[in-house]
Amino acid sequence: MAAWGFALIQSLLYLALAPLLVGWVHKVKARLQNRRGAPIWQPYRDLYKLFAKEARMAHTASLLFRAAPYIVFVATWLAAAAIPLLSTDLPTAAMADVIVIAGLLGLARFFLALAGMDVGTAFGGMGASREMFVSALAEPAMLMAVFTLAMTAHSTNLASVVEYQLLGEPFLRPSYLFALAALVLVAIAETGRIPVDNPSTHLELTMIHEAMILEYSGRHLALMEWAAQLKLLLYAALLVNVFLPWGIAQSIRPDMLGMAFVLLVVKLALLGVALAVSETVLAKMRLFRVPAFLNLALLLALLGLMSHVILEVGS
Amino acid sequence: MNMALLSLLQQLIIVLAAAVMFSSFVLLGQVRLVAAIHAFAWQGFLVAMVTALVAASDGHGHLYFSAILTLGLKALLIPWMLHRQVRRLELDRHRESLSHPALVIMAALGLVIFSYWLVLPLVQAEMQFTRNIVAVSLAVVLIGLLMMVVRTQAVAQVLGFMSMENGLFLAAVSATAGMPLVVELGVAFDVLVAMVLFGVFFFQIREGIDSLDVDRMNRLTERTGDEP
Repeated sequence: MAAWGFALIQSLLYLALAPLLVGWVHKVKARLQNRRGAPIWQPYRDLYKLFAKEARMAHTASLLFRAAPYIVFVATWLAAAAIPLLSTDLPTAAMADVIVIAGLLGLARFFLALAGMDVGTAFGGMGASREMFVSALAEPAMLMAVFTLAMTAHSTNLASVVEYQLLGEPFLRPSYLFALAALVLVAIAETGRIPVDNPSTHLELTMIHEAMILEYSGRHLALMEWAAQLKLLLYAALLVNVFLPWGIAQSIRPDMLGMAFVLLVVKLALLGVALAVSETVLAKMRLFRVPAFLNLALLLALLGLMSHVILEVGS
Repeated sequence: MNMALLSLLQQLIIVLAAAVMFSSFVLLGQVRLVAAIHAFAWQGFLVAMVTALVAASDGHGHLYFSAILTLGLKALLIPWMLHRQVRRLELDRHRESLSHPALVIMAALGLVIFSYWLVLPLVQAEMQFTRNIVAVSLAVVLIGLLMMVVRTQAVAQVLGFMSMENGLFLAAVSATAGMPLVVELGVAFDVLVAMVLFGVFFFQIREGIDSLDVDRMNRLTERTGDEP
């Protein structure tokens, strides 16, 4: 029972931390551009403001348009709940392995794209088709990268992958390095960060994610935005906890959890700085360069699989 | 093989061998000539690092000399010569258009699997950890060959040829702890002479067909006027 209670607390922690990570990235980016920037808790204020506002609908909107924000939010939240954040002793992680997580994210994306097309505006359809175009290329790369880890740990369960990493002393594994590079590229594409999509503009020619949620307002928009922030934290937690798991608690003891929380915040803050720096130095690429970018991710993931077979187990 | 049984140095060798394989892919997929030359220089640097680390972990003193030779020749001198020639031929802004980039990369991945399959009996016979790197070096040789097949630009083909030589050198280092010094010096000298000859050929081809696109050499007659 204690484990389930902890799983609930951890999934609530995901909800609480997600806007903070986005606020932190915005703040660091603003400092890098010599601006003072909005305070770090600005995303919370935005969400609060949007929840208080009235939700308006287009006349052509169907029931699906109304339901989509809830489905997207819940699916993303469920996927996040199965990824170890503070402790690997997690009943939700034992229930849902990484293929289920990819499936839940796929479900969220499906409804997001449907909602984008539902109202029938040109931008919504364009954004939906672009989102599908990017994710169709990103998903195989993500699965391949995760399978590389699964082959090393002999399990597709993320908690066991993390525990396998913590077993014994750390090794230099070429397959992990390739998988890390592939997952970073996939995470950038999936969360719509700069070389692929720019989250902070509404420029009609380049937007992908923003184009789909253009028709939403009020609490629906708040849920969509919160789901996007949650997805960023989900990928950040995946990268941080799978590749740098040291410090994560392996059982639910208050002292270990406190230590894990402090280390997690430090790791996420460093990852946020890295993201902000890369977004400041890189320029957004043309949409038709994105397949080359994601092909690189797929190549890295496949090389990770191969170097696992050839260099790590072959003999 | 159990990674836990290897020392940190040996793990580093394996990681660097994987990086050599990746650099081969970068070389294959790179359409800008100058960037491809840089990728080739990095590959030479990584091969030299692997050689030096094998020397350090196995205690073969003469491999240090090979490592320095590789570093000087493959990572510095040959890339510098190629860079100078490309600048003199005014090709530094040149972009080649690959016809099917994704397909070529997939073919190269197939070659990696093929070379692993070829090396499998060898790997089972011996338990030394560097045997696994033989598969990687064979893959580098085959990818160099593939690069010479799919590229039409003469400089890119030379890069493919030189990366084949990198693969052979890596195989020699990982399988037999390096060739005798005399052989190695001979090979290095051969590569250098080949590079000088290639340089002469670049200018000859350029004089003859006014381009370095060797596909044009297949034509028997020279059409005039409609050439791009």
